[in-house]
Amino acid sequence: MASRFSIRKTRLSRSTGGDIVIILFLLIGGAFMVIPMILIISNAFKPLNELFLFPPRLIVRNPTTKNFHDLMVMMAQSWVPFGRYLLNSLIIVTLGTLGNVFFGSLAAYVISVRRVPGTKTFMSIVVLSLMFTSEVTRIPNYVTIAFLGWIDSLRSIIIPRWSAPLGLYLVSRFIEGMIDRSLIEAAEIDGAGDFRIYWQIVMPNIKPAWLTMIILSFQELWRTQGGHYIYSEQLKTLPYALNQLAAQGGVARQGVQAAVTLIMMIVPIIVFLINQSKIVDTMGHSGMAN
Amino acid sequence: MSSVVRKRSQIGVEAKQSRFSAVFKEMRAYKMCYLFIAPYAILFVVFTVVPVVMAILLSFTYFNMLQPPQWVGMHNYIRLFLEDEVFLIAVKNTLIYAAITGPVSYLLCFVTAWLINELKPKVRAVLTLLFYAPSISGNAYVIWRVIFSGDTYGIVNGFLLYYGWINAPIQWLLDPDWIMPIVILVVLWMSLGTGFLVFVAGLQGLDPRLYEAGAIDGVRNRWQELWYLTLPQMRPYLMFGAIMTITSSFTVAGEISNLVGFPSTDYAAHTIVQHLQDYGTIRFDMGYASAIAVILFFMMVVSQRVVQKLLNKVGE
Repeated sequence: MASRFSIRKTRLSRSTGGDIVIILFLLIGGAFMVIPMILIISNAFKPLNELFLFPPRLIVRNPTTKNFHDLMVMMAQSWVPFGRYLLNSLIIVTLGTLGNVFFGSLAAYVISVRRVPGTKTFMSIVVLSLMFTSEVTRIPNYVTIAFLGWIDSLRSIIIPRWSAPLGLYLVSRFIEGMIDRSLIEAAEIDGAGDFRIYWQIVMPNIKPAWLTMIILSFQELWRTQGGHYIYSEQLKTLPYALNQLAAQGGVARQGVQAAVTLIMMIVPIIVFLINQSKIVDTMGHSGMAN
Repeated sequence: MSSVVRKRSQIGVEAKQSRFSAVFKEMRAYKMCYLFIAPYAILFVVFTVVPVVMAILLSFTYFNMLQPPQWVGMHNYIRLFLEDEVFLIAVKNTLIYAAITGPVSYLLCFVTAWLINELKPKVRAVLTLLFYAPSISGNAYVIWRVIFSGDTYGIVNGFLLYYGWINAPIQWLLDPDWIMPIVILVVLWMSLGTGFLVFVAGLQGLDPRLYEAGAIDGVRNRWQELWYLTLPQMRPYLMFGAIMTITSSFTVAGEISNLVGFPSTDYAAHTIVQHLQDYGTIRFDMGYASAIAVILFFMMVVSQRVVQKLLNKVGE
């Protein structure tokens, strides 16, 4: 059993008892995690009468795509074409994520690789800011964004995102954990400039960091409803529009609601899977080959 | 293993000393670096530092968002602790949430990531998705409203009624006795989030040569391996995970409002952030809401300091 588990060549002794405990833990934990997810998927394909069935069933008996069809019909009737909502969401997610990862990692490079004087303090301020509830900073932010003339523009969501504290903090942790100082020193001796060290040495070596960051940033921006700065209907995002459709209509729209939940979930899961498989890839090359 | 760590800290100390003597000279040498950090720093100051400082100042004022703020000194803070009973309930609830969901979810994040790391890459990818999925979609947790629905269509009620264990549906989300346990369950369900992902990625980046060396040096079982080899190497990520856990367990709010209503029965699940939302977005008392935010901030900072002290002992 232990051998079936092992991935590294040099293994320490692994007791069978320990393996069994681990498998049990993962099975029970996994079941607890997955049962509600199965329900979400299953509900999206349930006809209305099955959604209100007694006793309730976890797995759908007569799967139907009617919920999705209903949703499509409603989307087609929408005043603003749905492609527009989707486009807004894609613009926000792409630009927001790219900027967040790029500017965050540039700053993390200065703080954690270069260790420039004064930047350590800056970093602790960034970490502290993670603990301040953003609800009360909304009014000062509104004033700033109004002053910049970004009200009712996608910029009001995208650009503040570029300085999200999480991006800097996460990347700097991975630099601490994964970058060997000797690598940087060697590059310096070879006369590499800051941008080359950042782009050709640091970034490729912390691939898991920015792949993880892309996952996190994507999923957060993907569910952005448009914030408090956007009021034009044609600038609203996909989750906003879908939730509007699902929210009206009460019981009769339960099926549509289930379909919306599933659709909103699937896109971040795909992004997650692509990124996660790449994280495993990098490790396969750098780690296990040794 | 420890020599690597020691070496690294030595370099740090030496660099610090030489830095001290030639700050100005180096500032010029670091011109490029300041350019690198500038876009982030400027945006961060404009969109985070300035608003936070303004919110702290607002906490000493009465501000209803229509008239200009009026300075009231410590009045908001005095009101919070002496006149606002609901706030004290919220503090108590928040501390209960944080004390239970914080440590449990932190351990879950790390233990799960650690166990998954032992598996083959494909199994690992599937399990990572499985455990992370609940936090992927913002409001997937509303499915628990179906599971714990108070009518007979709720999954739990339906099951219990069908097998005759109860004879009337239980109002899971309205009964003050059940609200708190259910919210904790749901919060734990979605707690394998950012910290978990970072642990998974961090564990995969550990240097396998250290484990070989460890095996030769007499590390005998997986617990010794965890304590002496894995945890010390994971240090940069451990604090990160802790801060993620602290911020999420102290600010539980949206989940509660969506599951058990806002406000919940008898304020049974009322938290500090919900209280803040009440004053900030419903009663438009921004000064008061800001004072709540400041107190919450200090609570989180204190717990972060405590956790940091504990984490410094790891792997010793």
